[in-house]
Amino acid sequence: MKRKLVMVGNGMAGVRCVEEILKLDREAFEMTIFGSEPHPNYNRILLSTVLQGNTSIEEITLNSWEWYKQNGIRLFAGETVTDIDHERRLVRTDRGRTVEYDELILATGSNPFILPIPGADLPGVTAFRDIKDCERMIEYAKTYKKAAVIGGGLLGLEAARGLLNLGMEVDVIHIFDYLMERQLDPTASKLLQRELEKQGMNFLLCKETAELFGNGRVEGVRFKDGTEIAADLVVMAVGIRPNVDLARKSGIAVNRGIVVNDYLETSVPHIYAVGECAEHRGVVYGLVAPLYEQGKVLAQVICGRKGRPYEGSVVSTQLKVSGVDVFSAGEFMDGEGTESIKLYDEARGMYKKVVVREGKIVGAVLFGDTSEGRKLFDMIHRGDSLESLSLSLFAPISTEGKGSLVGAMADTDVVCGCNGVTKGAICQAIAEHGLKTVAEVRDCTNASRSCGGCKGLVAELLEYMLGAEASRYATKETVCSCTDLSRDEVIEAIKEKRLTTVREVMYVLGWKNEEGCSKCRPALNYYLGMLYPGEYDEEAESLFVNERLHANIQADGTYSVVPRMYGGVTTAEQLRKIADVAEKYNVPMIKLTGGQRIDLLGVKKEDLPHVWAELGMPSGYAYAKALRTVKTCVGKQFCRFGTQDSTGLGIRMEQTFERLKTPHKVKMAVSACPRNCAESGIKDVGIVGVEGGWEIYVGGNGGTHLRAADLLCTVKTEEEVIEMTGAFLQYYRESAHYLERTSKWVERVGLEHIREVLFDVETRRGLLERLHQALATTKDPWREIVESEKLQQTLFRDIAKKEPVPVE
Amino acid sequence: MAKVEIGRMDQLPKRLGKCVRIGALELALFRTGEDRVYAVENRCPHKGGDLSQGIVSGEFVFCPLHDWKICLKDGQAQAPDEGCVKTYRVTVEDGHLYVEL
Repeated sequence: MKRKLVMVGNGMAGVRCVEEILKLDREAFEMTIFGSEPHPNYNRILLSTVLQGNTSIEEITLNSWEWYKQNGIRLFAGETVTDIDHERRLVRTDRGRTVEYDELILATGSNPFILPIPGADLPGVTAFRDIKDCERMIEYAKTYKKAAVIGGGLLGLEAARGLLNLGMEVDVIHIFDYLMERQLDPTASKLLQRELEKQGMNFLLCKETAELFGNGRVEGVRFKDGTEIAADLVVMAVGIRPNVDLARKSGIAVNRGIVVNDYLETSVPHIYAVGECAEHRGVVYGLVAPLYEQGKVLAQVICGRKGRPYEGSVVSTQLKVSGVDVFSAGEFMDGEGTESIKLYDEARGMYKKVVVREGKIVGAVLFGDTSEGRKLFDMIHRGDSLESLSLSLFAPISTEGKGSLVGAMADTDVVCGCNGVTKGAICQAIAEHGLKTVAEVRDCTNASRSCGGCKGLVAELLEYMLGAEASRYATKETVCSCTDLSRDEVIEAIKEKRLTTVREVMYVLGWKNEEGCSKCRPALNYYLGMLYPGEYDEEAESLFVNERLHANIQADGTYSVVPRMYGGVTTAEQLRKIADVAEKYNVPMIKLTGGQRIDLLGVKKEDLPHVWAELGMPSGYAYAKALRTVKTCVGKQFCRFGTQDSTGLGIRMEQTFERLKTPHKVKMAVSACPRNCAESGIKDVGIVGVEGGWEIYVGGNGGTHLRAADLLCTVKTEEEVIEMTGAFLQYYRESAHYLERTSKWVERVGLEHIREVLFDVETRRGLLERLHQALATTKDPWREIVESEKLQQTLFRDIAKKEPVPVE
Repeated sequence: MAKVEIGRMDQLPKRLGKCVRIGALELALFRTGEDRVYAVENRCPHKGGDLSQGIVSGEFVFCPLHDWKICLKDGQAQAPDEGCVKTYRVTVEDGHLYVEL
């Protein structure tokens, strides 16, 4: 029978420990986790980046609900354990639940410290600790302008930066005479203060807060020296307190934190503590790397494999404020028995200090250039001697030398301190799994998954491993030379800022050419149409002539007209009409297209509306970035090999997806058997009938870049073909670059990824819903023009035909 | 020099070219976003493309055949392409358009 493991707390340290346990022995435990917050486990360190507007809350989720389910973990989120009965080995919760345990882990974390001063409970006063606080601050910034942050430490400064980004004025109040005194020496701190003042922060140092005042809600802060300032929002970031209430109540030994030994065992058997709530050798850690180290040791203990004990951690700090690079580690203050090497370049705002004790490197502070921080941290960790310190650390930054930094690192050097991932592990993963991006390295190795501070190093390692190839993945593809933004960034901005016209997009996003160019205008036109189906009116002046005039321009300036013939099937009556029109308008050539349609070539621009009116057939879209044709073979109705009704399905597909605009032209085909007479293997979507079903191929191309299509899946019914094709087309519409054929797109995003998206029932349903929305609003352009005198006037008629008669 | 009346300002949509035929001469007429009117020979120096059907951006038109970028003010094709189209002066009087030949 499985042993029962209960964990109180659903934060980073605890869940990391559970991950380690799962790695060691998946089957050993039946696990239950209680968390007071109503969310799955998220990355608390990155809350400041959410506040600063760089990340969304969804993005900082570490373990989704799905993860708990997949690993068979019962998660009670929003439920608090109130009581531990260690005699009977069970816990009770605030919802009256009782759960038994064999082993119990306390990972209750810590609470923000709220100053015990009058007014601390006024509305408008908040801590900066969880998602709720973060949301509250974002909400406040919408209405109020003046913020005060009490506390000039790591968290306070990150909060202050966030509030600046939210458009608030920010005063930072600090009780000491310099900032981040627990991580920096006075010199580094003064440089930091100068930099942050440039960014717009205002500092009130050596100020002790006496009370917060306000009528109904907070209006200001009063200090012990009698002075005061106005504030609509007060953020307390003065520190954290280990959350030990439950432990204390249950008779577990508690000092500042829950007291644990080197194996994370508390004073009560079968109860352990890990993370910010634990006190080890007199130290309570509030940084993630030590907590992860603890989790690793505890996992081994719990699984009965007591290995190396936990002996405490050397910690390093990095501030997550854009434009400010600060790093410190170990024993960084000058003191008795220490010596230090320093570089202080006031003009360039650069400061580097390495502290040495008895010939060994024990600490460092870096400001301005922190690229060597990781390396120094490893040296401190190993207790390297002063001799091993390269003096190049103190040389001015040279850009060429940067690449060699990762090259010079040893394989055992740690790149990601939060997760303890070494250079060797990352290089191995890159080589073994063919990783190409920082995100892939993160997903594969955990490096940069937590604070993200080592992203730069990971990127350098990729470059180091892949050489020139890496820059291919790194270089950004902008929409065109009118902007530095990529396709995705533009689409994000359109959605977020709700931009509705091409001009608005170019204006708001600071286009370098006021009216854009022949590349971005049609692209923006497409993206807006894709994002706002039925709402967005296409801008004729931003369309390439073919789509503006709904006919193909030819080399001599005439146009070609291709009426729609669903599935390539026509009638005698249609043929007669086509022949009549061709004669009447002196069409010099009638030709069959590669997609089995009839092309009338050489029609004059001003004749186009008449030709369409007299044909009385819908537009074949031979000019459009849209579904063009569905080519078919004759199928089982006539062919002796045909196994399916390919013509019938082709007609149905063409009628279903007719007029759907896509990033580039889309061609489809249906063959009734693997002989493939309709050439389904080189189409954007190619269907091949087999006994009892259909194969769906995607991403084929018969054009300049000949590419055989990939088999997406095999389905049984025509309905499924329509559904899969629809979902595929919609996903292509939503995620491809404008003018990117499906062949390129499939290669770029990967067939596996497309499968994952399309095979997920919920996602597919969403795609199909949006597809039908887009389809519901289309109209036949030929008919529209035939019926509109104004459109004919604006688009098709010249304004003058004159003999050269001189005026005056 | 001859001056020919070719139509009215209100017949010209912004950023959508119009073709004007005067005898054997074919002109592409443009009204820019800033309401300036230009006339150039309606043949791209590359392969004779119908410039009146190009995408207009500021004081440039992109040829619909092969995307050459032509300046409407001086008729110069923009680098890396080389070539030039003839330009014609257009005047507006009381909303009427005149081109000088």
